[in-house]
Amino acid sequence: MIRDITIGQYYPVDSVLHRLDPRTKLFGTMAFIVSLFLADHILSYVVATVFLAVAIRMSRVPLSFMVRGLKAIVFLLLISVSFNLFLTDGEEIFHIWILRVTKEGVRMAGFMAVRLIYLVVGSSIMTLTTTPNQLTDGLEKSLGFLKKVKVPVHEIAMMMSIALRFIPILVEETDKIMKAQMARGADFESGGLIQKAKSMVPLLVPLFISAFRRATDLAMAMEARCYHGGEGRTKMKPLRYAPRDRVAYAAFAVYLAAMVGTRVLV
Amino acid sequence: MGIIKASKLIFDYIRRDEDENIQEIDRAIDGLSVDIEKGSFVAILGHNGSGKSTLAKQINAILVPTEGTVWVSGMDTADESKIWEIRKRAGMVFQNPDNQIIGNIVEEDVGFGPENIGVPTDEIWKRVDESLEAVGMTAYRYKSPNKLSGGQKQRVAIAGVMAMRPECIVLDEPTAMLDPNGRKEVIRTVRELNRQEGITVLLITHYMEEAIRADRVIVMDDGKIVMDGTPREIFSRVEELKQYRLDVPQVTELAYELRKNGLDMPEGVLSPEEFVDALAELYGKRMAADRG
Amino acid sequence: MAIRAEHLTFVYNQGTALEQKALDDVSFEIPDGQFVGVIGHTGSGKSTLIQHLNGLIKPTSGKIYYNGEDIYGEGYSLKTLRSKVGLVFQYPEHQLFEVDVISDVCYGPRNLGLSPEEARQRAEEALRLVGMKEKYWQQSPFELSGGQKRRVAIAGVLAMNPDVLILDEPTAGLDPRGRDEILDEVKELHKKRGMTILLVSHSMEDMARYAQRLLVMNHGRKAFDGTPKEVFEHYKELESMGLAAPQVTYIAHALRERGLAVEEDITTVEEARDAILRLFGKE
Repeated sequence: MIRDITIGQYYPVDSVLHRLDPRTKLFGTMAFIVSLFLADHILSYVVATVFLAVAIRMSRVPLSFMVRGLKAIVFLLLISVSFNLFLTDGEEIFHIWILRVTKEGVRMAGFMAVRLIYLVVGSSIMTLTTTPNQLTDGLEKSLGFLKKVKVPVHEIAMMMSIALRFIPILVEETDKIMKAQMARGADFESGGLIQKAKSMVPLLVPLFISAFRRATDLAMAMEARCYHGGEGRTKMKPLRYAPRDRVAYAAFAVYLAAMVGTRVLV
Repeated sequence: MGIIKASKLIFDYIRRDEDENIQEIDRAIDGLSVDIEKGSFVAILGHNGSGKSTLAKQINAILVPTEGTVWVSGMDTADESKIWEIRKRAGMVFQNPDNQIIGNIVEEDVGFGPENIGVPTDEIWKRVDESLEAVGMTAYRYKSPNKLSGGQKQRVAIAGVMAMRPECIVLDEPTAMLDPNGRKEVIRTVRELNRQEGITVLLITHYMEEAIRADRVIVMDDGKIVMDGTPREIFSRVEELKQYRLDVPQVTELAYELRKNGLDMPEGVLSPEEFVDALAELYGKRMAADRG
Repeated sequence: MAIRAEHLTFVYNQGTALEQKALDDVSFEIPDGQFVGVIGHTGSGKSTLIQHLNGLIKPTSGKIYYNGEDIYGEGYSLKTLRSKVGLVFQYPEHQLFEVDVISDVCYGPRNLGLSPEEARQRAEEALRLVGMKEKYWQQSPFELSGGQKRRVAIAGVLAMNPDVLILDEPTAGLDPRGRDEILDEVKELHKKRGMTILLVSHSMEDMARYAQRLLVMNHGRKAFDGTPKEVFEHYKELESMGLAAPQVTYIAHALRERGLAVEEDITTVEEARDAILRLFGKE
C-alpha cells in the first residue's frame, strides 16, 4: 500500500560522486540546470549529453534507477511537449484538424523534452549519491551567509533532517491507522469527493495526534540530550573540501564554458 | 549525600484556561524524599500514574520541583545556570524508541549529544566508537534507525546517552513497548553499564522481573514512596505489592502461596534455582522425618 | 468451523529485491467458541496472519473460509466479514478519533449502515460489556488512561456485533493490574457471549492462564498447534524460536530432575501449588 512510496532515494554504493562534498554536488547540479536553459543549439545538447553520461557512469548507480524518477514527470512532459509542438508558429509540416505542427515546433518540443529529462536525471544523480543528511549539511553550510540576515539556517536544516527521519515512520503509521479503521468498516475508496474527504477524518485525526505526540516527545528527548540550537555546537562530520572537489569544480567550469561557447560561437 | 537526592519534593501539573486562571491542579509527586547512592542500580516500580515518570523527569531537569529540592551531583536542578551540566551528568532514556532518535544514521544519532555540548570532532568520534561498543551496536553503526528492532533502537538511545559521559542514567520504562527478547537485551545492556562502567542506573518499570537483580527497589504509589528495600525484602511482601496494582514473578508468588499453605519456604524467593533448592531441601527433611 | 485457513502463503514486495515470505503454507481451523492464543517472536508472521482473517491482507496464495464461505469468493462482502470477525489492533491511539467516547464507539456500527439510534444502542451495550462506566461516555477518548483507551478500542469493535474477536497484544504497555483487568474482560466475553477469541500475546503466563489452544508461529510457518500443556512440553524448541514456557513449567521440570514427583505439564501457579502441596501430603 502506502509503504511502497520511497522517499530519500539514496543509492548506497561507493563512488567518486558519492565521496564528493555535498556542496560541490549542489553547486554542480545548479550549474547543470542553468546550462540546460542556456542551450539552444544541437551542439550544446551534445555537450550536455556527454557531461551527463560521464556523471552517470561515475556515480555507479544503475541507469534504471535514474530513469525511475522520470515516471513522476511523464504528465508534465507530455503537456509541455504538446504545447511546444502545436502552439509554435512557423513553417508548417502538416496539420490535423486545427492543430498545426511546424518545423520550429518540433525543434522546440524536442529541446523541451530533453531539457526536462536531463533536469530530472541530473538532480537524481545528486540525490542518489548524497544521503539526505549530507544534503541538509551541505545546504546549511552553503546557505550559512543567510544567518547574517537573521534566517535560521541551522534550525531549518535540523527540521529537514528530522522530517526525513520521521516521514517513513508516519507513512507506516498511516498504514496501520487505515487498517484499524477498515477493521471497523471504514471505506476509503468508494463514494464521491465529499464522501471521500469525510472518510479521511478518522484517518487524519489519529495521525495528527500521533505526530504531535511524537513532536513533543522528540523535543523533550532533544532537550534531555542538551540540544539548545546551533549556538556552540560542534560537528561530528564537518564538511571539508578535498582535492577531488577542486577537480570537480574545475570540471564544472570547463563544462559551463563549453556550453556558453556553443551558444555564443555557433 | 548520594549522586541524586530529593528532599520533600512536590510536583503539581497545573492546567490553566485561556486567561491563565488555574483550572485544575494534579499533584503527581507528594512530599517525596530519597537519596540514591553513586554506582547503584535502583529499580523504581509503580503502576501507571503513580508518579514514577514525573520523578524521572525531575532528575534530568526537564521538570523542576513545585516545592522542595532535587540535587544531581550536588547541583540544584532549579538553578538554571547548571541545567546543561545536570543533563550531561544525568542522561535519560525514554519509553518510545522512535521518538528519541534524532539522527538518520545510527552513528550520527550517537554523536548528537556530544555535538550539542561542543565536544571537538575527534573526541566525538572516539566517544561514538566507545559508546556503540559498550552497548554492542558497533555492527549497526551505518544503518538507518528505521531498520532496527525496538530493542536495538533502545540500545542506540542508551549509546547516545553514554556518549555524553554521564554519571547516571535514568530509564523511563525503556522496555514498555518491546517484546520479551528486546526487553532482555535492554536490561542486559543496562546491567553491564552499571557493573563495568560504574554508571548509576535508575530503572523505571512495571515489569517485576527487571527489578529482581537491582541493588534497591523503590515502590511508588500516589506520588509517594511506599516501599523501599532490597528486592528480597520487597518481593516478600506479595499482598502489599498487589495492593499497589503490581505483581510478583511466578516463582515468588508460588513460594508465597506455599508458605501460606504451611510449607516452610523462605521469604522473597526471586529465582527458580533458589526455589528448587529450597523446596528440595524441605522435601528431603520431610522424607527423613517420615522415615524417622 | 468458524474460520478455516488453507495453505496460506503471503509474500511481501513480490518480485522485488525486498521480497520476503511472511507466511508459508499455513493451514488451520478454528471452531466456534474457542479461545486461541497466537504466539511467536516479532517478525514470525503472527500479525500478518491475523490480518488475513478479516480480509485486510489478501493471501498471495491459499484460501480463507468463514462459516464455509470463501472470503475472496465472488460477491462476498469484506465489510460484512469485518463486522463478524472483529480485529482490535495493538495501539488504541491508531483508531480513536471522535470528540467523545460514545461517538467513537458508534463509528463501526454507523459504517455498517445502522441508524444513529441503533448505533448508539449498540455502542452503549459494547461499552457496558467492557466495563466502561457511564460517566466516561461523554469524555474525550484522548484524556483517558491507557487501560481505558484499550477498553474503548475494544468496544469500538464489539459494537459491530462480531462473532470472532481478534486482539493484537491488547495489554502492551499496561501495568500488571491493568493487564489482568483487560484479560479478564476478554475471558468474560468468551464465557458469557460464547465469542471465539484469538489473542496475540508475548506473555506465556497469560497464555497458559487464558487460552484453550495455542498456535505458535515461527518464520512464517505454523510451528505448534495444541493445548497450552501440549505446546509448553516443547519448551526447548520454543526457546530456539526466541520464545519460552511459563516460569512454573521450568520449575516443574527442575523439581522432577531433583526427584520431586510433580506433574511435568504444569503451566500455571495454581497447578504448581496444588501439585507441590499434594507431594507434601496437604490437599
